[in-house]
Amino acid sequence: MSTLLTPELSARWDEPDSFTLAAYRRAGGYRALRRALAMEPDQLVQMTKESGLRGRGGAGFPTGLKWGFIPQGDDKPHYLVVNADESEPGACKDMPTLLANPHALIEGIIIACYAIRAQQAFIYVRGEVLHVIRRLHHAVAEAYDAGLLGSSVLGSGFSLDVIVHAGAGAYICGEETALLDSLEGYRGQPRLKPPFPAIAGLYASPTVVNNVESMASIPYIISRGAADFASFGTEKSKGFGIYSLSGHVTTPGQYEAPLGTTLRELLELAGGIRAGHRLKFWTPGGSSSPLFTDQHLDVPLDFESVAAAGSMLGTRSIQLFDETTCVVRVVLRWIEFYRHESCGKCTPCREGSYWVEQLMQSLERGEGSDADLDKLLDICSNITGRAFCALGDSIEAPIKSSIKYFRDEYIEHQKNGGCPFDPAAATLFAASAGGREPAR
Amino acid sequence: MALSQQVRAALDPDAALIIARYPKARSALLPLLHLVQSAEGYVSEDGIAYCAERLSLSEAEVTAVASFYTMYKRRPVGQYHVGVCTNALCAVMGGDAIFADLREYLGVGNDETTADGKVTLEHLECNAACDYAPVMMVNWEFFDNMTPQSARELVDKLRSGGGAVPTRGAPRLCSWKQAARILAGFPDDQATGGHTAGPATLAGLKVAREQGWQPDAPAEDHE
Repeated sequence: MSTLLTPELSARWDEPDSFTLAAYRRAGGYRALRRALAMEPDQLVQMTKESGLRGRGGAGFPTGLKWGFIPQGDDKPHYLVVNADESEPGACKDMPTLLANPHALIEGIIIACYAIRAQQAFIYVRGEVLHVIRRLHHAVAEAYDAGLLGSSVLGSGFSLDVIVHAGAGAYICGEETALLDSLEGYRGQPRLKPPFPAIAGLYASPTVVNNVESMASIPYIISRGAADFASFGTEKSKGFGIYSLSGHVTTPGQYEAPLGTTLRELLELAGGIRAGHRLKFWTPGGSSSPLFTDQHLDVPLDFESVAAAGSMLGTRSIQLFDETTCVVRVVLRWIEFYRHESCGKCTPCREGSYWVEQLMQSLERGEGSDADLDKLLDICSNITGRAFCALGDSIEAPIKSSIKYFRDEYIEHQKNGGCPFDPAAATLFAASAGGREPAR
Repeated sequence: MALSQQVRAALDPDAALIIARYPKARSALLPLLHLVQSAEGYVSEDGIAYCAERLSLSEAEVTAVASFYTMYKRRPVGQYHVGVCTNALCAVMGGDAIFADLREYLGVGNDETTADGKVTLEHLECNAACDYAPVMMVNWEFFDNMTPQSARELVDKLRSGGGAVPTRGAPRLCSWKQAARILAGFPDDQATGGHTAGPATLAGLKVAREQGWQPDAPAEDHE
């Protein structure tokens, strides 16, 4: 029977003790590790390549290929760094994963480290999530006590240490080289690439940086086989992943499904847009992905199809906004965010985000002009491709796409001398909120 | 506030443990800054000097790092740091209304503390809980699906010591300073308590169960 949802990573999240080693083992956890330790490291790299797993942190780079870039037989230590800095506006899948099932990550880490021959791994977790951090420390401690970490993992002779490292509030540290600088005790600013982390990463040593969900998918691939994983999804975007629905949807939340699922299908499972309202615009992959509208309900949400339709799959962070929402206000907020989070290292992003913010603020107040829209696009085109890292490119995404689909709404602000929308109508607690009651 | 000899002596063993975690000492800087923040509630000049001394860095080098990250505060913070997400989606879903209302209700601006020293109010960027929008954080614990009314009740509880409990988090809120200690890598005993998943986290799983879309049982391994 064909199933729309494939709860694998999320299969046991409703068990009250799902975060414990005992619960994880009850469901077959750490069997993949035993299997992996009986294999040659290179076989694991090959298997991960064959599974088709592509990075779940947004960029979609093939995970096995990344592992294969680590030079072997060199004299340098190798490192695995897990990017648990989930901070993209809209992204909210890794934190619930870690709260409910941190051992899936730990098992993935051990297998990956064995594969790339690393003896030390770091979990760089954003700092603003206290209970998630407690659960990570707890899971790591349980793993040490059970002989799954430390010297000679399960008697294999392979040793591994895992360190939980809390960030301190900087979106840019989700960029892998900024993350490495931050982990080395510096300001989190991106590095020039090449060299890529696989050659010169943490402490200038070969380093793999992988997202939480990518790592947590590894045990499945090892225990069920590459072909099983690759049987899900589409030709080039294989496997399943977590889609996060938020905003004006009847039942927001995490929906784990094969890649290539459409928003129409997901919305059907999530009860549709909140009652009495209709979809206006949405992001397929967080604020850095160009906006989609109700014309894009049937785009398969895989890397290729979303790109072909003019956006990015990113982290499958689907933020939904209905017709009560002012698109200018939403885009302005994202721009204020990027301006605030621009690390300041490169001029196009540092200066560009500042000027774009000024223009957007004036447009939102109804003080802008048509010429300002062209100026906005012009500045954006001077940031994209000229910035040091992807943060700069992200600035253009919401601006360009919102002007493309909703130019009239920008003009409306000028005619109206300000925002024509009632912000109260868009809130969760609005009288017309469609029957969704606040949880408490 | 100066770091007394007593406080420094108490920090020393923890600082040594932090530095020992890393292959290179400088990697200890972020956790050390969390550690000095746990002692004083913010990163003072003394705190910066302490980190610099531990890692043989200049105070300028440490200041450059401390000032880059928003979680390090350069002024004392109240017992409870109350954050309201006002990034786009939370703002639209009610975060803007909540933040405006709390400012008026508490009589403080952004990044300011109530006169009783209990609550510091700050607007936040996305906190990775969009499916629970609008979201607030108290000492970095989740308070989900907030309204202006529930936000007022929350700060009332915090100010009266009435035991506010996170929507998804530990069974009891710890203080701002205790939170900083956890961030430095010294967790308290609350990991096994509290919540594992809220309703939005389980939304897809619930549908799958209703539809009978269960994962296949894993093949038995020969161990």
